[in-house]
Amino acid sequence: MTQSVVVQVGQCGNQIGCCFWDLALREHAAVNQKGIYDDALSSFFRNVDTRVGGDGSSISKGRISSLKARAVLIDMEEGVVNEILQGPLRDVFDSKQLITDISGSGNNWAVGHKVFGSLYREQILEKLRKSAEQCDCLQCFFVIHSMGGGTGSGLGTFLLKVLEDEFPDVYRFVTAVYPSSEDDVITSPYNSMLAMKELNERADCVLPIDNQSLFDIISKIDLVTSGKLGAAVKPKSLVTTNMGTVTKCPKKPFDAMNNIVANLLLSLTSSARFEGSLNMDLNEISMNLVPFPQLHYLVSSLTPLYTLADVNIPPRRLDQMFSDAFSKNHQLIQADPRHSLYLACALIVRGNVQISDLRRNIERLKPALHFVSWNQEGWKTSLCSVPPVGHSHSLLALANNTCVKPTFMELRERFMRLYRKKAHLHHYLQVDGMEECAFAEAVSSLSALIQEYDELDATKSMPVLDVPRLSVAL
Amino acid sequence: MRINSFSVIHSLVFSTGPSLWLGMSIVTVQLGQCGNQIGFEVFDALFRDSHCSQGLCSKRENEAYQASCKERFFREEENGVPVARAVLVDMEPKVINQTLSRAARSGRWTYGQHACFCQRQGSGNNWAYGYSVHGPKHEESIMNLIQKEVEKCDSLSGFFIIMSMAGGTGSGLGAFVTQKLQDQYPSSLKMNQIIWPYGTGEVILQNYNSILTLSHLYRSSDALLIHENDAVHKICARRMNIKQISFRDLNQVLAHQLGSVFQPTYSEDGSFHYRRNPLGDLMEHLVPHPEFKMLSVRNIPQMSENSLAYSTFTWAGLLKHLRQMLISSAKMEEGIDWQVQPPSSGLPPLGKMSAHKDPHFNTSIANLVILRGKDVQSANVEGFKDPALYTSWLEPLHAFSTWKTQRAFGKYEKSAALVSNSQLLVKPLDVIVGKAWNMFASKTQFQKEEQMGVLAWALDVAMSLLAWDNSAACIPAIPLLTTMFITLEYLSSVLFSNMLHMSLSHCSLPMSPHLAVHPSFVLHLLTKYGFLSRHVIFDD
Repeated sequence: MTQSVVVQVGQCGNQIGCCFWDLALREHAAVNQKGIYDDALSSFFRNVDTRVGGDGSSISKGRISSLKARAVLIDMEEGVVNEILQGPLRDVFDSKQLITDISGSGNNWAVGHKVFGSLYREQILEKLRKSAEQCDCLQCFFVIHSMGGGTGSGLGTFLLKVLEDEFPDVYRFVTAVYPSSEDDVITSPYNSMLAMKELNERADCVLPIDNQSLFDIISKIDLVTSGKLGAAVKPKSLVTTNMGTVTKCPKKPFDAMNNIVANLLLSLTSSARFEGSLNMDLNEISMNLVPFPQLHYLVSSLTPLYTLADVNIPPRRLDQMFSDAFSKNHQLIQADPRHSLYLACALIVRGNVQISDLRRNIERLKPALHFVSWNQEGWKTSLCSVPPVGHSHSLLALANNTCVKPTFMELRERFMRLYRKKAHLHHYLQVDGMEECAFAEAVSSLSALIQEYDELDATKSMPVLDVPRLSVAL
Repeated sequence: MRINSFSVIHSLVFSTGPSLWLGMSIVTVQLGQCGNQIGFEVFDALFRDSHCSQGLCSKRENEAYQASCKERFFREEENGVPVARAVLVDMEPKVINQTLSRAARSGRWTYGQHACFCQRQGSGNNWAYGYSVHGPKHEESIMNLIQKEVEKCDSLSGFFIIMSMAGGTGSGLGAFVTQKLQDQYPSSLKMNQIIWPYGTGEVILQNYNSILTLSHLYRSSDALLIHENDAVHKICARRMNIKQISFRDLNQVLAHQLGSVFQPTYSEDGSFHYRRNPLGDLMEHLVPHPEFKMLSVRNIPQMSENSLAYSTFTWAGLLKHLRQMLISSAKMEEGIDWQVQPPSSGLPPLGKMSAHKDPHFNTSIANLVILRGKDVQSANVEGFKDPALYTSWLEPLHAFSTWKTQRAFGKYEKSAALVSNSQLLVKPLDVIVGKAWNMFASKTQFQKEEQMGVLAWALDVAMSLLAWDNSAACIPAIPLLTTMFITLEYLSSVLFSNMLHMSLSHCSLPMSPHLAVHPSFVLHLLTKYGFLSRHVIFDD
């Protein structure tokens, strides 16, 4: 069994991270009835004997003594991390795995990346090495940060470079929250663009998320729960809920949205942690879904968003779950995969769903989807027996699809609007080590990426090219 | 020439063993998630059948059957619970743990305590990882485990290796292990049970993995017994009436088919004397030529045990259906195309047969019909002896065999299994090669690497080898084959070295990509790599 380490950077990253650990604990609590520290738990948690002083040595088997998250928390201002450490999850985090500063990055990528990067490089390295040592077999780093801010985007992407240099064999999965069009940070296009270049080059796999989509999903759920069906919805099953959570304090504003992302990360790793009839490990995600190294952006969607209290799920409901996964209302970024080109698609099914259900739905939905000509059956499927908390079954769809292109084009557009006027540029150029060519490079990196998607889209309408097979000359 | 090698080995082994009345044993190697999940169901099916109270025969007969089955697949431990003669291998621990606990929970039989090998991180669906990384790294441990299991057999018939083609461990590591088994146990036989993935995709790289697996196994394995997920799925859906089909259901149908092939059958000596060398016998009858070793299994009746009470069968009816399933390439008992008929009888002159042949007709190289149950001696298999069913270079006398056993299989009063070496798998193979080629060829548009043409050629060679039209007559010239195999091996090495680096741009070849089998090119390879060398060194 392998372990993964979560690195949460910046305000957004830490808040999402907090929801993630909360949900992870709940999920394992629901499965792990006997309180034994098993392989599934060890993928995200250490079992620590707190009676022994100091750090607490790790116990590998036996009863759960005290669980510590395999996490590194980084933020350049103290507020968020302090809140976490004073909150109910304080015992879950190892107090030594934090890096904080006071002043923050001022929404400036250059400050995050160049200034804090060089300042904290050694500390970051040390914490990461420590986490890695505590793992038997480290497989993956999950990095969570936003793109629009300063710390998350700047320091978060600096971190990627460190990870690539120090741990070249370990996968780097980045959950990146992209700014919506009505983002309140004016310099977010600059920050996002500069961060994109790093993501292009250094991440193995990126799961782009945007706030607007999360917000739309929340509204839809609110509509349902407050309407006629409201009473029939099982409250624990809401993908946004943190019901049953450790914390008793009133819900924080972004909690519902963060819970969706937490659900995403847990479902992604579910097949690696829990048993099932068709397992999918994390290394298989990258191997199957990334045909070319540059194109590693996966559009995700989670269904169902809630479960009705009806216990017997007739196949129609199950099929509805599959249909929803491909609708643009369920995607976690503003994208419409149905009308764009698929390079590959992964379906991670959890709960009481069998191979025939999966087959039936793939056959049913496939005709309406456009797959690239050389990967007509580009499906990667996995069945995990353990459903998420409150559900009897769920589906996570990861699509490598050209529908990410509009997000990137819009990002470029917003960037150019600012850049053409050189607005706010001086804040960046003031930083030691930051030069204007960095901006130009970032734009060209993104443009090249968009170009690749364009080329693929162009093949969409073309008939399937039957490249003649070579014949053996005897 | 290897044609007679099986009978030679067969008689050698047959005559040099110690007390052989119980027969020889088979060591099963279960690889990857698929291999381990299926392996469990196979042992379970074999055990349950051998302890089935019915059997429709005398007590003495039943006991002989049980003992023979036991010797083949199980061994005795101190506490009396039979232990499967199996080695479980996987690159991650979850499935093996599940398999071991299921066996232990059944209470009827169990796996050996130290019979498994697993690592922490899987193979990532990467054939190259399985073959080039995990293989050499864990070779010693895995081969030691197998050795220990072999030592516990009085007499070894050979190895039964269960794996899938689409994944990373089963396919890559499976190919590696098979090769090592050939090196270490050259006189033992190896049969690989291979699972063909669903057409509409389980793993995106399944086509690459399948091609690489097949081309490697073709050289190191003695027979490939192939089951297609799509076919087994249809059987579950239409014949077994299972509403929500799980992998467990698929595996149980598969195990049933394998059980009806591998359970003891009478030898020519008559009742109470069961065949002693299951693998040797199978190969002798079904693989007359080493270049044609893809086998498929069909069984009849295909229905769940619960529905049996409402049906009665006659041998005539069962055999008629089975024969038509064979010649019309049907995979199950339903929807058989009765229009397909063999070409008009009488041996036509060489080379002219294709003109009269129905394109849907499935020519066989060899067939084996295994009949179990009531009144089995009265079953008439003349329909399978028609020369029109077979290729012209083998007499039906040599191409067709029947094994009849009075003792019934499970609760099936009459059951028949057909193991067939025929063209049945050529079309599916063509489809896979086509898809792999497509995926591969279009990458050349993006990557602009001409050397990729070399790989494409490898794929095509694989296809050509396996799709020779039987009616085109002669036994293929051995030197040409050898050449192709060497080339194929070299080229496969290049492909998997690239997959290893997960980048298609690290490809360096010392030769021109524009290929034909040019004599100087052949010479170049023969001198550089040695005849049928397994250790490929390539320039960087």
